[in-house]
Amino acid sequence: MTAYVRPALSLVLLMTVVTGALYPLAVTGIAQVAFPEQANGSLVRDDRGQVRGSALIAQEFKGDGWFQSRPSAGAYVTVASGASNLAPSNPALADRVRTDASQQYQAQQGPVPQALLTTSGSGLDPHLPPEAIAYQLPRVAAARQVSEERLQVLVNDATLRPLVGPPVVNVLALNQALERLAPSH
Amino acid sequence: MHSYDYLLLLAFFAIVLLPAPWLGRFYYKVMEGQRTWLSPLLGPVERGCYRLAGVDAEQEQGWKQYTLALLAFNLAGFLLLFAVLLLQGSLPLNPQHLPGQEWSLAFNTAVSFMTNTNWQAYSGEASVSYLTQMIGLTVQNFVSAATGLAVLVALCRGIARRSANTLGNFWVDLTRATLYGLLPLCLVLALLLVWQGVPQTFADYVHALTLQGTDQTIPLGPAASQIAIKQLGTNGGGFFGVNSAHPFENPTAWSNLFEVASIILIPVALVFTFGHYVKDLRQSRAIIACMLALFLIGGSTALWSEHQPNPALESAQVQQGAPLEGKESRFGTTGSVLWTVTTTSASNGSVNAMHDSLNPLTGMVAMVNMMLGEVIFGGVGAGLYGMLLFVLIAVFLAGLMIGRTPEYLGKKLQAREVQLLVATLLVMPVGVLVLGAIAASLSGPAGAVTNPGAHGFSQLLYAYTSGTANNGSAFAGFGANTPFHNVMIGLAMLIGRFGYILPVLALAGSLAAKKSAPQGLNSFPTHGPLFTTLLLVTILLVGGLTFLPTLALGPIAEHLSLGF
Repeated sequence: MTAYVRPALSLVLLMTVVTGALYPLAVTGIAQVAFPEQANGSLVRDDRGQVRGSALIAQEFKGDGWFQSRPSAGAYVTVASGASNLAPSNPALADRVRTDASQQYQAQQGPVPQALLTTSGSGLDPHLPPEAIAYQLPRVAAARQVSEERLQVLVNDATLRPLVGPPVVNVLALNQALERLAPSH
Repeated sequence: MHSYDYLLLLAFFAIVLLPAPWLGRFYYKVMEGQRTWLSPLLGPVERGCYRLAGVDAEQEQGWKQYTLALLAFNLAGFLLLFAVLLLQGSLPLNPQHLPGQEWSLAFNTAVSFMTNTNWQAYSGEASVSYLTQMIGLTVQNFVSAATGLAVLVALCRGIARRSANTLGNFWVDLTRATLYGLLPLCLVLALLLVWQGVPQTFADYVHALTLQGTDQTIPLGPAASQIAIKQLGTNGGGFFGVNSAHPFENPTAWSNLFEVASIILIPVALVFTFGHYVKDLRQSRAIIACMLALFLIGGSTALWSEHQPNPALESAQVQQGAPLEGKESRFGTTGSVLWTVTTTSASNGSVNAMHDSLNPLTGMVAMVNMMLGEVIFGGVGAGLYGMLLFVLIAVFLAGLMIGRTPEYLGKKLQAREVQLLVATLLVMPVGVLVLGAIAASLSGPAGAVTNPGAHGFSQLLYAYTSGTANNGSAFAGFGANTPFHNVMIGLAMLIGRFGYILPVLALAGSLAAKKSAPQGLNSFPTHGPLFTTLLLVTILLVGGLTFLPTLALGPIAEHLSLGF
């Protein structure tokens, strides 16, 4: 039996050193040099250098003058992230979707896009599909008293179109640009 | 389906299938100790490990010694991780001052990572420290995958060798699998992920003031290095609680492609490794064809199902379309479904959308993939040794049909081999149906379900299926973090892991000892479309039929009640 104890214990410790310490340290070292922006959380700062969030983490936006983020089951809490985990057959899901739809519905624009009525997997989805932004555009334009055409330019700038996934708009980037164009205060 | 959906599927299959023959040969050379382009760099590290551990690399082990070595190594790894989880509160590299885990949760977590399951009854960013993520979880991610690879090559050698009484050296197989097989690929993937936006830092969580002026804590950590191995090692345990749905764990459509393809990159390649061991790549092609067929059947069913609007949400004010609850905007329906099918085909268990909120039949495809024992590519090593068991069962059935002693690649299958094969067939039913039934029949444990009706039963069924199959994904609403479920699902994970590994190694030892009979005209060919079809039918009937009643009570009942 002792013939197994020494290799077992020493290999566990050796693998801990190699894969648990050296490997993450090597990745950190290279990443901090090659991609410092991303490796540190894609932080977004204002003109004074204050951290205002991360380009990848959703923020809550309330009020007609802002583009609202994808709904969050965890109220945009970041520690810990969470989802609704409501089954498609759960009446609570249908109730919530219908209630939210009745509040956001604009007759002249047709039915409310699903992305504005459903919570994301992470509760921190930083994006919305373009149609969910388009649905909010007239409301935001009216509240900020800017033309829809000028807003559309900002939307286009904040839109990502990857080859292997659906187009999405980064809501934080869009709202930041909006704040620069027509400050809310 | 849009053009980007088709491009995603195309890129996925290209990344997974094109390098497989080359990568499979690489794994053969590595595991047999042949020189590769990495040898000058990693050779000294490898030899240093043997010297420090007192291992003679030339000394081969019989199946019993090989098994004891494997068990000793896994036990040592379990104890170390269990201790780290209990004591992390007083250990360094814990900037958020997280306390140690409660004992049943620590037991569940340690078993989970040791068995390559990565079932997570906790949320990473809120309950494990940076130190635990690194020296605890990341290490077990590597070595549990390496253990699977070691068991696979032991079985390959058992089939390939003649009149032999050894299967190789476990310590050597484990070391080579980790150093050459996993580390280099992980380094590449980790850097690709950082490039796309995954954090990799030891700095504390950052405090931000949002645009509307509220406080926000931004969790960080050495995430990319762990996410790389949890994908490539078919582990699946997320750095963050919501796994690859978290924008830091999977920031873009491109990172999604890299991560989902990484799940089965190594398992696909290993099918070719097997072909090199038995010096017959036609065998590999027959097995790959069967795996691909099962993948496409499940995948197209799930894609179709998930594109159906949920009838419960019908309303003039709600846009009708593929349901988005629990899905991230940047992946859309196709990117989410591809992940669901891949992660449950392999024993990965990471998720990029919440499986609890999937349409009933999509969730059923995920469950069926796991119930079949995760042989559709499957976990690193574990998928193919599971598949080879089905191959042997198919050969046995074919032998019964044509009235000849069944033989596979010149090795006769006799009473002992068939007994061991049947023992492995019992693993999934025992874990899912027996343990699951105990949990479902006790009011306390059954209270962990959070959705009403048939779906509530599906949540419990999924949990025990995922545990036994060493998958680790969940219908995550299920309140799994109770002492009962922590212990029972921990037990299911142990049964699911060692209930396969022990018979497989015994089988390998028994096959290795046999003489090889020359294959004649009367031998049943184990390549070509006829055998692939037989294998497919065997998997579905022998592996799948047992679970049909439970599926009827869960996802099928939910599907019908929703009026799709």
